[in-house]
Amino acid sequence: MRRPVAVAGSAVLLTGLALPLYWMLVASFTPEAELFEAPRLIPSTLSLAHYRALFDARDFWIPIRNSLVVAGATTAVALPVATACAYAIARLPVPGRGVLLSVILAVSMFPQISIVGPLYLILRALRLLNTYPGLVLPYLTFSTPLAVWLLTAFIRRLPRDLEQAAMMDGASRLRAAWDVLLPLAAPGIASTAILTFLYCWNEFLFALSFTLGPERYTVPVSVMLFRSRYRIPWGEVLAATVVASIPVVILVLTCQRRIVAGLSAGASKG
Amino acid sequence: MPAASIQLDGISKTYPGGHTALHGIDLTAAAGEFLVLVGPSGCGKSTLLRLIAGLEAPTSGRIVLDGVDVTAWTPQARDLAMVFQSYALYPHMTVRENLAYGLRVRRLSRAAIDERVARVAEALGIAPLLDRRPAQLSGGERQRVALGRAMVREPRAFLLDEPLSNLDPALRAHARAELRQLHQRLGSTIVYVTHDQEEAMTLGTRIAVMRKGRIEQLAPPLAIYDRPANTFVARFIGAPAMNLLPASLLGIDASPGDCVGIRPHDVELGPGGALEGRVQLVEPRGHDYLVHIQLDVTGAPTIVAVTHTPPPGERVFPQFRRDRLHAFTADGRRAEQ
Repeated sequence: MRRPVAVAGSAVLLTGLALPLYWMLVASFTPEAELFEAPRLIPSTLSLAHYRALFDARDFWIPIRNSLVVAGATTAVALPVATACAYAIARLPVPGRGVLLSVILAVSMFPQISIVGPLYLILRALRLLNTYPGLVLPYLTFSTPLAVWLLTAFIRRLPRDLEQAAMMDGASRLRAAWDVLLPLAAPGIASTAILTFLYCWNEFLFALSFTLGPERYTVPVSVMLFRSRYRIPWGEVLAATVVASIPVVILVLTCQRRIVAGLSAGASKG
Repeated sequence: MPAASIQLDGISKTYPGGHTALHGIDLTAAAGEFLVLVGPSGCGKSTLLRLIAGLEAPTSGRIVLDGVDVTAWTPQARDLAMVFQSYALYPHMTVRENLAYGLRVRRLSRAAIDERVARVAEALGIAPLLDRRPAQLSGGERQRVALGRAMVREPRAFLLDEPLSNLDPALRAHARAELRQLHQRLGSTIVYVTHDQEEAMTLGTRIAVMRKGRIEQLAPPLAIYDRPANTFVARFIGAPAMNLLPASLLGIDASPGDCVGIRPHDVELGPGGALEGRVQLVEPRGHDYLVHIQLDVTGAPTIVAVTHTPPPGERVFPQFRRDRLHAFTADGRRAEQ
């Protein structure tokens, strides 16, 4: 009795979640002229016109490259730093650990809009406006604390016995952390990496404020600026969103298996 | 692998919260000795083991290995091996890698590592498991691998933290016998922590009975069984636990508050006698019976007798062999006999 109900429930939920994505995909292939007719679930004609316009006229490769560089660099810097911090907080006798963690969480939850002004002035003084570091540095200030918080929670759940066993086996504390803790923390690090990357990939306010021209626009800023005074090119906007989703989908799908497998391996005490 | 002696001088451990886990422990394990630390949970036995291992630092006191003060040394410098209660096998490594890890860290040659791993795996019967991961092993197999990981290092001493507590009873008895044989063969120094008095009795060359961060008695197993230093040790060692009765009940000339102990095996149920009681409960154990008896005297505790035949009836007359009585003073210490 319960199985059909569960299946039906899942189907409804899945449809609800997938429909907008499907709509986005279909619409991005629908010719401009048909876009505003009565919506059809199954398109009659498919066209690559929006994609052509995106990559020829708008040179959409540039914002994609910018977003990849900024999000990749932020993730690459934030994760090692955050992992080291999280290890220290989770395992070493750090005085005032609770306060420290609260402050870290508070920083990552800080409303961005309140520091756009000051950050703009700082970045201008450092001549970092309209540069990659000019985005990576502000992103680090938000994403690193969040990563520290997430990784601390993850590392705390790993059994201490394993590192201590490694130390009894003759490893230094650092070596034990490297050989034993890090492989076990890999799923946590991977999911934190995804979150950090997505945060940067989706970020809009800083990117809009600290970039000055199309050569440094990131994907969200670039898409927002598609609109002209008289017209919003919905077809191209949707094509751009499809393209912008691809790296995210690839990232999650490649890491997903590892995250799930790793989580269960970390849970069993071996 | 010369076995090391382990000496503890006035070891105390107070945690930052103010809880004192150990109060000035003095203890020596001679080279090649199988020393068992036994006590109820929270008595400080595991803490003591972790201090010897170097995983925690004592608040005061010295830890001496073979005459060298190692109190400030890191665990890796002490070169001791530890078997954890959880086994703490590295889940992302195969059994072979688990065994080899300590040797790799110590930069042994590839050939030497392979040779030692093979030898230990053979000795423990885990050679067929070498390419499996811990998650694919049964509890007993994991326990062997954990032991193997300690042995392969050929350490100066072994520290074992309740290594058998996660095994089912049949396997535990078997593993206990193997540990005993292993000790006889290797001649290593072993410090073994358990809460199980039976394990302590069968394994130890000496036993330290601990309570609330102090050693209550340190002696060979039979000496502890035959001459417990106080009422706590008397009741903790031996199963079923020793009966304790007010000395006045037996008509023994003693100060008020003194009590006597008698092991259930030394209680006989006779046809008549000075003491009389009512049978409350009989637990058949196959080869004998545990008989719980409520004595007729007001304020007297329930006593337990072990008999080979079921009690004759509801009314019984427990008799205690005088030469098997243990006398304790009012503060619980053994009265000299």
